Amino acid sequence: MGRVIFNRIAGAVPVILLVTLITFGLMRLIPGDVSAALGGISSTPAEREAIRKNLGLDEPAHVQLFKWYGGLVRGDLGRSHFLGKDVTQATFERLPVTVSLSAYSLVLTLLFGLLSGIVAALRQNTWVDQAAMMFAMIGVSMPNFWLGLMMIVLFSVHLGWLPTGGYVPFTQDPVGWLRSCTMPAISLAMLQIGLLARITRSTMLEVLRQDYVRTARAKGLPNYLVVGKHALANALIPIVTVIGIVVSLLISGAVVTETVFSIPGVGQLLTSAILNRDYPMIQGGLLYITLLLVGINILVDVAYAWLDPRVRYDGG
Amino acid sequence: MSLLSVRNLQVLFATENGEVAAVDDITFDLAEGEVLGIVGESGSGKSVTALSIMGLLPRPPARIGRGSVMFEGENLLTYGERAMRRIRGPGIGMIFQEPMTSLNPVFTIGDQIMETVRVHEGVGKAAQRDRAIQMLARVGIALPERRLDDYPHQLSGGMRQRVMIAMALICRPKLLIADEPTTALDVTIQQQILELLLDLRDEFRMAIMIITHNMGVVAEMADRVIVMYAGKIVEQAPIGALFRQPSHPYTRGLLDSIPSLADDRERLKTIPGTLPNPSALPPGCRFEPRCAWRVAACIASVPPLVAVEPEHHSACIRHGELAAR
Amino acid sequence: MADSVAMLDGAPQIAAAAPGRSTRWDVARRLWRHRSFRFGLGLFAIVIAAAAFAPWISPIEPNKLAMRARFLPPSWDHLFGTDNFGRSQLARVVYGAQLSLMIGTAVVVINAVFGALIGALAGYFRQLDNMVMRVNDAVMAFPAVLLAIGVAAVLGRSTPNMILALSVVYIPRTARIVRSSVIVVRQMEYVQAAVAAGAGHWRILRRHILPNSMAPLMVQLSFLFAYAVLTEATLSFLGLGAEPPTPTWGNIMAEGRQYMREAPWIIAIPGAALAITVMALNLLGDGLRDVLDPRLRVQQ
Repeated sequence: MGRVIFNRIAGAVPVILLVTLITFGLMRLIPGDVSAALGGISSTPAEREAIRKNLGLDEPAHVQLFKWYGGLVRGDLGRSHFLGKDVTQATFERLPVTVSLSAYSLVLTLLFGLLSGIVAALRQNTWVDQAAMMFAMIGVSMPNFWLGLMMIVLFSVHLGWLPTGGYVPFTQDPVGWLRSCTMPAISLAMLQIGLLARITRSTMLEVLRQDYVRTARAKGLPNYLVVGKHALANALIPIVTVIGIVVSLLISGAVVTETVFSIPGVGQLLTSAILNRDYPMIQGGLLYITLLLVGINILVDVAYAWLDPRVRYDGG
Repeated sequence: MSLLSVRNLQVLFATENGEVAAVDDITFDLAEGEVLGIVGESGSGKSVTALSIMGLLPRPPARIGRGSVMFEGENLLTYGERAMRRIRGPGIGMIFQEPMTSLNPVFTIGDQIMETVRVHEGVGKAAQRDRAIQMLARVGIALPERRLDDYPHQLSGGMRQRVMIAMALICRPKLLIADEPTTALDVTIQQQILELLLDLRDEFRMAIMIITHNMGVVAEMADRVIVMYAGKIVEQAPIGALFRQPSHPYTRGLLDSIPSLADDRERLKTIPGTLPNPSALPPGCRFEPRCAWRVAACIASVPPLVAVEPEHHSACIRHGELAAR
Repeated sequence: MADSVAMLDGAPQIAAAAPGRSTRWDVARRLWRHRSFRFGLGLFAIVIAAAAFAPWISPIEPNKLAMRARFLPPSWDHLFGTDNFGRSQLARVVYGAQLSLMIGTAVVVINAVFGALIGALAGYFRQLDNMVMRVNDAVMAFPAVLLAIGVAAVLGRSTPNMILALSVVYIPRTARIVRSSVIVVRQMEYVQAAVAAGAGHWRILRRHILPNSMAPLMVQLSFLFAYAVLTEATLSFLGLGAEPPTPTWGNIMAEGRQYMREAPWIIAIPGAALAITVMALNLLGDGLRDVLDPRLRVQQ
C-alpha cells in the first residue's frame, strides 16, 4: 500500500511540472501589449513600464520562467493589481467557501447519484429505471447556471423560501449556511448526479452479471448481502475513478454557480478577475485549483488501490 | 424415497423470436449418496436444469413452464425466494466452472466462507473461523489458517476450486451440484479435484450431480448418467450399461469422441453439425438432422423415452438395432 | 462475462445467430430502432431547422430595438416575449442557435482532425506516445471549463477565440480516446499481417487503423458537440463569448439576468433551448455508443 501511494505521488510530478509550465505559458498568449491593454489608452509610457515591471514582462522569457518557478516554490504567484493583494493570500482566503460548497454538493451527488444508479440497475427496464435515467439525462443536459437562476426565480423571488444569494459561513451559523448553500449546491450537483447515476447503473448491471454474484446467491445469501456487499464492493472500484472527474466538474461548476448566487468563493474571485483583466489572479486561481485537483486525483487513485486487493498487493 | 426428484420440468426463455424451451420435459431421480452425471454439449440445457433446481435462473428472461422439483419431499418450484435461500447452502451446494471468476475478487476467501456459515447458522466469529479452517484443511489446502486471509487472486486455479468446494460444503448440503467443475483446470489438477469430490461424497454422505461435456469425467465419477440433447433427455442409464450398450446415436457419438483425459479440446469432433436453433427445432427427433441412423419415421413425431432394459432408457426408435451392432 | 452467456445455456444461441459483422445499413437500422437515438435525432433536427430557417421563423432582426415594446411577456405577437430593449426574444434565440451550432460544429471538426491525428500518431508510433500523452495528461489535469475560461480570458472575447479555447481543452480528450482504440486495432492480426507484408506506415494508418478506430471517435464527437455547446454558453454567460449585442444564448442570459424578477422569460427560454440541444446531442451519443461501440453494447 505504501508503495502504491509513493508511485501515485511520483507519477504526478511530471504532470505538476507541465501544468505549471502551461499556466506560465498561458499568460504569454495575451495578444498585443498587455501594459497598454491594462493601463488603458490614456496611460503614459511610464505607467505602462510600471505595469510591465509588476508583471515581470520586462525580462527575457527564461528569466521570467525561472522567477515563476522560484515564486511557485515560495507560494508567491505575484500580486493582484486589482485587489491589491497577494494572489496566494486572496485564493486561500476564499478557498474555504468554495470547498464547503463543493463538499455539500459532493455529498448530494454521491447520495442521489449512487442511489438512483443502483436502484435503476436493480429494477432494470422497469418504469423506475426509465424515470431515473430520464432524470439523469436531464441532469447532464441542463446548464447549471441556468438551473440556479431558475431556482432563484422560483424559490426566492416567487416563494420567498430561500435567500437569492450570499454566503453564511458554517462555523458562524449552520442553519444560515444550509439556507444559503442549498440552492447553489443542488444546481451545482445536478450534472454530477446525472453522470454518476448513469455510470453507477451500467457498472452495477455489469457487476450483477458476474459469476461471483451468482456464487453469492448459490450460497443462500440474502439479497442485501448479494447486492449491498458482493456487487457493490466491486462496482465501487470503477465508480471511485469517476469521483475524480466528478470533483473536477464540481469545481469548474462552482466558478459559475458562485457568480450566480453571489457567493464569495474562489470561483467568484476568478470571474471578477476575468472582467478586470487581472491576469496574475486568473493565472494563480487556475493553477491552485488545478493543483488541488491533482491532489484529489492522487487520493482517488489511492482509494482505488485500497478498494481493489489486486492492485493493493501487486502495486498496480 | 429419492433425495431429488425432477418431474416433467420445462424451462422457457423469452427471446426476440418468442419463448423457447431451453429444457423440455425432463424427468429424473437422484438417490442419497448417488453420483449422477449429466452430459451434453454446451447449449443442451444441462446448466439450465441445474440452475432451475437452485432457483438461480434470471427471471425474466427465464420462466418455469411446468413440472416439479421435489427435494426431500418438498417442491422447490413452489418456494419463495426466502425459503429457497434456506435450501441453498445447507440443502444444496453448487460449484461452477470458472473458479477464477466465481470467487469475489475483493473479499478474502476466509470472509467468503465464513459469511456462509454466519448467514445459515448464526454462530459466532470464532466458531465460523474454526469451521472455515477445518473445511479448508479437509479440501486439501495447506496452512489453512494463513490462507484464510488471502484474496482469490493470490491462489492458483486448483486452489480456488478447492476453496469453492469448501464454501459449497461448509453447511453440509445433502446434494452438491458441480457444473463443469474441472473444465477450466489443468489435467493433473482435474484428477485431484474429481478424487476429492468422491472422497467428500463418502465422508459427508451427500449426493452429487455432476454436469459435464466430458465422458471421461462421467466414467470416473458417476453411478448413473443422463445424456441431454437440445433440452431433452435422450438416454438415461447406469454407468456400466451406458458404456456397454449405448442405445442412442448421440451417446454413441459422444463415446466415440472420448479423448483421453489429457485432451478434451477436440470433443465431439466425430459428430457433424451443431445443435439446432431452439426457436426452430426439428419437428421429430431433435438429433435427426445430425444422425447417421435417421429414417423417415424420425421426422414424424418426437420419440419418447422407452426402456431398453431395466433402469436404462433411450429416446431412439432404432435402439434395438443400435444394440445389435 | 463469458459465463453469463453459458448461464443461459440454450437461449443465447439465437442472439449468436445474428450476423457477426455489421454493414452500414445494419448500423443505420439498429440506430433507427434505438428509441433514445430516434428521440435525440428528432430534437436535434428541430434545433437545426430553427437555426437554418431563422430569417423565416422570425422576420424581425435580432438586434432591432423597439423601446415601446420592452419587457413584453410571451404572447401570440411575441412568441418568446421581448427584453429590456424590446428586442424579439424569438429572433434572438433562433439566431443564437445558429451561433451555438456553428461553434459546436467548428470544435467538432477541429477535434476530428487534430484529435484523431494526434491520437493515431501517438497510438501508432510508440516513441511518440510517452511524450504526447504526458502533455495530454497535463492539459487534462486542468478542469475543462476553467481552462477554457483561462484561455478565452487571455485571448480576449471573440468567436474564433472561443473556438480556439474549446479546441485546446477538448483535443487531448479526443486524442486519448483515438489513441486507445488505435492501440487495440494495432495489435489485431490483420494489421500485423499488413506490417509483415511490408505495407508502409502511412498506408497502414490510413487503410487499416483509422477506419477501425472510427466508432469510438464518432461517439466521442457527438458528446463533444454537447460539451462544446454547453461550455460556449457558460463562457459567454461569464462575458467571455462574442461581444454583445451578438445574440448567443449565453449573452442573452447574461444580459437578462438583472431583469430576472420582472422578466424571467428572457433567461428561461434560451436556457431551455440550450438544455434541449445538449440533451439531443447526448441522446445521439448514447445511441451511437450502444450501436457502434461493441465493448459497451452489452450494457443496453
